[in-house]
Amino acid sequence: MATPTEALEAVMPTTRELVLDLHRRMVRIRRFEERAGKLVESGDMPGFLHLYVGQEAVAAGVCSALTDADQITSTHRGHGHAIAKGADFRPMFAELYGKTTGYCKGRGGSMHIVDMNRGMLGANAIVGGGIPIAVGAAFASQYRGDGTVAVSFFGDGATNIGAFHESVNMAAVLNLPVIFVIENNGYAEFTPQDRHMKLTDIADRASSYGIPGVIVDGMDALAVRDVALVAIERAKRGEGPTLIEAKTYRYFDHQGIKGMRILYRDPAEVEAWKTRDAINLIEAIGVERGLVSAEEFAEIWAQTEADIEDGIEFARNSPDPDPVDILDDVYTS
Amino acid sequence: MTTRELTYVKAFNEGMHQVMAEDPDVFLIGEDVAGYGGVFHMFDGLLTEFGGTRVVDTPISEQAIIGLGVGAAARGLRPVCDLMFMDFVGVAMDQIFNQAAKMKYMFGGNVSVPLTITTAGGAGMSAAAQHSQSLEAWLAHIPGLKVAMPASPYDAKGLIVGAIRDDNPTIVVLNKKMLGVKGPVPEELYSIPFGVANVVREGSNATIVAIGRMVVEAEKAAANLEAAGISVEIIDPRSVQPLDIDTILTSVKKTHRVLVVHEAVEFGGIGAEISSQIQESAFDYLDAPVTRLAAPFAPVPFAPILENAYVPDAPRIEAVVRRLLERK
Ligand SMILES: Cc1ncc(C[n+]2csc(CCOP(=O)(O)OP(=O)(O)O)c2C)c(N)n1
Ligand SMILES: [Mg+2]
Repeated sequence: MATPTEALEAVMPTTRELVLDLHRRMVRIRRFEERAGKLVESGDMPGFLHLYVGQEAVAAGVCSALTDADQITSTHRGHGHAIAKGADFRPMFAELYGKTTGYCKGRGGSMHIVDMNRGMLGANAIVGGGIPIAVGAAFASQYRGDGTVAVSFFGDGATNIGAFHESVNMAAVLNLPVIFVIENNGYAEFTPQDRHMKLTDIADRASSYGIPGVIVDGMDALAVRDVALVAIERAKRGEGPTLIEAKTYRYFDHQGIKGMRILYRDPAEVEAWKTRDAINLIEAIGVERGLVSAEEFAEIWAQTEADIEDGIEFARNSPDPDPVDILDDVYTS
Repeated sequence: MTTRELTYVKAFNEGMHQVMAEDPDVFLIGEDVAGYGGVFHMFDGLLTEFGGTRVVDTPISEQAIIGLGVGAAARGLRPVCDLMFMDFVGVAMDQIFNQAAKMKYMFGGNVSVPLTITTAGGAGMSAAAQHSQSLEAWLAHIPGLKVAMPASPYDAKGLIVGAIRDDNPTIVVLNKKMLGVKGPVPEELYSIPFGVANVVREGSNATIVAIGRMVVEAEKAAANLEAAGISVEIIDPRSVQPLDIDTILTSVKKTHRVLVVHEAVEFGGIGAEISSQIQESAFDYLDAPVTRLAAPFAPVPFAPILENAYVPDAPRIEAVVRRLLERK
């Protein structure tokens, strides 16, 4: 798996600011997910959640290389992408609680967070549904010549759906500035990768479309950021899309924190991945290289905690939608 | 027959077990249907009983799942292809409506497609716009397809068996909110053919034609109305394609007032078709316009307060029936 090479280190040095930035994004995702998961399981919050815990380095690494003008599309497991792209806790919690102050005014819930101000073009409950939409966003970038790029995040399972293949091929043919990011967590729901495809490395699929396929350690936010930067630069030069496969893992169940009805993964496998935890890794790098102190990292955790409490409080105190408005926004008036 | 109480999903599951034991040409294919038994427990135990040749997990590839079923059905097998959530028919729609539905007719009667599609529809779970839809009218509009929506454990078992034994492409839409609902189910294998409505309750003052889970809500409303001296007849068409209009007309000619209730949006819904057929065939028997109660013309909202307002329920059914009876 690719780690930052010395050559990359020279042009893209690991600075204190970068370590703090990636750490903050990842901690915000982790604590949001852990809290939200508990709130649903205690019955305080409606619906069900697909939690992103374990995969934080992918969203954080990629989104740290983007600006608000760059667009992303996301999945059913989308909270991490939204937070990494800069979404605020208040409207996120409010959306999960189905309140008017939520990102979708309570209409969408967990699987449909959107933040047009931050280039978060929406989470999607249809597997593969977001992939062609990112191609469209990239088409707009090329059309306008505004130098922006689009990124589509999706899972290993999603690469088996027709929309993936059609989208990557079309983006390749049209040289569109789009980056396809596979978050390979080894499972599509309860089906392991070796039972849903014959490939070990999904990045190999890139060769079918004549574009670069890159494998990266999805537990290493710095490594993810590096490959994202290379892909973004390539896209901006007009050389077309890149397929990035980030090897990662989800710590919780497909849906919710726990609730495995059958044992579809070996608990030892889960524990093994946790020893390579993305947040532990960045903290170790920060401290070992003398860039960030343990106290500074602790401060980020504490600040995140406070922001989460504030977000939950805000959401709980926000008004419910009024059914009288149920037909609003079906069409643009 | 020995009858006992089973949940809706257990009854469906029992039907799958029995029909697979009866007919070796029946196989099941879909996402997480084998090792996991389906995300709604619909297929529990089938892998253990029938093995990996007949109970097959697939990649996330809905178009190929249905297409595989079409091809295997054309070769004479009886595939059961699962689509998990009804919303996912969109991904597989070409194989459903251009291929499966049309082969019999387009090929001059030469090819039969005894394919069964199973899926779960309906709102009320805070699953939002892409996991809550009721798209039966969309499917029922396509000549060649048959669509059933079981509204009780008894029907969940009988209709899946009826669907698999049917020589046409059929779609059985379970209701997610009914999975745990209990009711009497015979132990023996039995089949309910498509196109035979169920008179759920007899009555004389008004008819409610209810689709899917709305049958349960209509029953609650009818019980309340009975206490107020109003006698309601409830007809569950069971399948919306084919539609047993005769049973509905017989009821209308007796009660002279009719309400059609469904979860799908009102515009262009099955209620529009039923209402139109009643007015064409029984206009002179009506004492009030045929009335519909259905979802507003919007995607299914997430917030529970909005979703509750969106899906028709017993109190609203009761209120509409009372209004129907006020008309002289
Ligand atoms: C078209 C479609 N098919 C099936 C599903 C049900 N489903 C939701 S998530 C999921 C697994 C997705 O696996 P993957 O793409 O690897 O993402 P992960 O859940 O691992 O993040 C499935 C099958 C869906 N939402 N949409
Ligand atoms: Mg996966």
